[in-house]
Amino acid sequence: MPVTRRTLIVSSLLAAGLLVGCGKKTETDSDTLVVKIGSVAPLTGPQAHIGKDNENGARMAVDEINAQGLELGGKKIQLMLIGEDDQADPKTATIVAQKLVDQGVQAVIGHLNSGTTIPASKYYHDAGIPQISPSATAIAYTAQGYKTAYRVMANDEQQGRVLGQYAVTGMGAKRIAVIDDRTAYGQGLADEFEKAAKAAGGEIVAREFTHDRATDFTAILTSIKGKNPDLLFFGGMDPQGGPMAQQMKRLGLSAGLLGGDGLQNVNFIKLAGTDAEGVTASSPGLPLEAMPGGPDFKAKFEAKYGVIQVYAPYAYDAVHVLVAAMKRAGSSDPAKVLAELPNTDHQGVTGQLKFDQKGDTQGGAVTLYRVKDGQWTVLETVQ
Amino acid sequence: MDIFLQQLINGLVLGSIYALVALGYTMVYGILELINFAHGEVTMIGAMVGLTVIGLIMGLAPDLPGILVVLGGVLVAIPACMLLAYSIEKVAYRPLRKAPRLAPLITAIGVSIVLQNVAMLVWGRQYISFPRILPEGQYELLGAHISYLQIFIVVLSLSVMASLWFLVQRTRLGRAMRATAQSKEVAALMGVDVDRVISATFLIGAAIAAVAGVMVSAYYGLAHYYMGFMLGLKAFSAAVLGGIGNIAGAMLGGMLLGIIEALGAGYIGDITGGFLGSHYQDVFAFFVLILVLVLRPSGLLGERVASRA
Repeated sequence: MPVTRRTLIVSSLLAAGLLVGCGKKTETDSDTLVVKIGSVAPLTGPQAHIGKDNENGARMAVDEINAQGLELGGKKIQLMLIGEDDQADPKTATIVAQKLVDQGVQAVIGHLNSGTTIPASKYYHDAGIPQISPSATAIAYTAQGYKTAYRVMANDEQQGRVLGQYAVTGMGAKRIAVIDDRTAYGQGLADEFEKAAKAAGGEIVAREFTHDRATDFTAILTSIKGKNPDLLFFGGMDPQGGPMAQQMKRLGLSAGLLGGDGLQNVNFIKLAGTDAEGVTASSPGLPLEAMPGGPDFKAKFEAKYGVIQVYAPYAYDAVHVLVAAMKRAGSSDPAKVLAELPNTDHQGVTGQLKFDQKGDTQGGAVTLYRVKDGQWTVLETVQ
Repeated sequence: MDIFLQQLINGLVLGSIYALVALGYTMVYGILELINFAHGEVTMIGAMVGLTVIGLIMGLAPDLPGILVVLGGVLVAIPACMLLAYSIEKVAYRPLRKAPRLAPLITAIGVSIVLQNVAMLVWGRQYISFPRILPEGQYELLGAHISYLQIFIVVLSLSVMASLWFLVQRTRLGRAMRATAQSKEVAALMGVDVDRVISATFLIGAAIAAVAGVMVSAYYGLAHYYMGFMLGLKAFSAAVLGGIGNIAGAMLGGMLLGIIEALGAGYIGDITGGFLGSHYQDVFAFFVLILVLVLRPSGLLGERVASRA
């Protein structure tokens, strides 16, 4: 393209506009300090609705705190939430993490997925910024030894343990087959499930594998059928779980199907159709209605942003946990906040939040659900 | 025994699906020596269009029997895919017909990526579920289950292959196709309208792909903008295994590949004592592809064409 005078003028105007725009953003009153907090979740792609939900949860907390007025060490504080999109993609997650670090955020709420939270956590660790994930459940996230990594939801170890025990004692399964989708989430959950089920006295008769793009499970299901299990556990997500439930029925595999929070959603029921009936799955945390501040939160949130997808209450609590630590430290300085985070004891919407040394929540609850008449219904909550 | 039989049935159905898609690859290759990598995406578009129409019909006439609804979906998907394939050929391949072999191949990959992204924009990134409206009965055979839909898929792909064979060997168009395959220039001298023959080949392949797409999504109960990619790769492997350019070869290759995959995934864990697991299912297809390319590049039923490819 030939560079004409017009394009030159237009582009320099654009550049000037960008500069002015940036200048405005960082401009502050002399007596109010702006504290930037990052919020990262997929805002585009198949999980965009869940990602936006996280961001809205965090934003609601930030808006409330700003409205109440926050003071740290005698200075008025204005919190600013910077929402970023990691597209649920590990590569993008690291780019976004670096971007937030460069922008000088004081803390990060995120990310949504385990697969993005783990690679991004290194960037926050290196920069010494506290990170609180509302929804990443993979064990590896807090097992890296980073003093910056926290989460406000039960991890897969807790979930896998509950599932394994429930399979044997609650569902009476003796012969159990396990399939996982070889992702960080699916494999981790299946491994923990297997350990717990064995410890509870169940026998693992088959361990089969698939991947997170597969649709045909007839071969592994047939092989499993030959081993006569009375329960099949699947560590993976609904796009695989749905067809799997259908193919089990078609092959005459009468074992029950059990899964983690990857299956516990509306899409699973849509994909499995009538074969979803009787499927059991768990989800970390309490059902919203049973949360201490659940009904109240629901009313406030829905008035502002519409229906709650999943994790908004956790993102909301994550911001409050963070600000509580800032208040105790009397500063938004990441190093001082990090020193205070281990002392967290916060009564949040989702429950009483305390961290262990790794940054996991202590005694996170896990709730079991079963599909009945095309709806997920609560079976019981295990603390 | 019933388990082994069930695995054979699993493989046969999977293989029939591969074969249906492989027929499209093999026909185009037979005539143009072009590997039409966009063919898997044409199949995907067939599934998506079919599903959309099925949803519309169900909204308009909820009492219509399921078979008729699906038939309606297929009948709209076929012309949609034909139009798509015709345009692809005209826009992306025809201008490059005299270009070096690599150019149309890369264009084909480009078209495939474009189609994936267009489908993502139109139908979204969600998995779309196929309504459960087809009769779901099944037979039991020595302890193995085979459903109506599975039988239909196998019969369908066999009959499509038979009619294609008839078309190519016994009709005027078929003769023109074979002539074009041997030499475009000489065929043109003999009065064959080469452009029309090539268009016809793409149209027939697309029609089969449309049917295959709807059948695949009915069988697995879902459709997704990405579904054509793996399906296309497997079908391509099947076509190469059977001898690319050969219609019976595509069928044989598809069936063999399906059965190898099913038996492989079903038994590898037990045979290797858990050392190798069923996540190697997809590896079998490509392992077979490599093996065939090394040992018998022309495929099982293919003729030796040393100067080509």
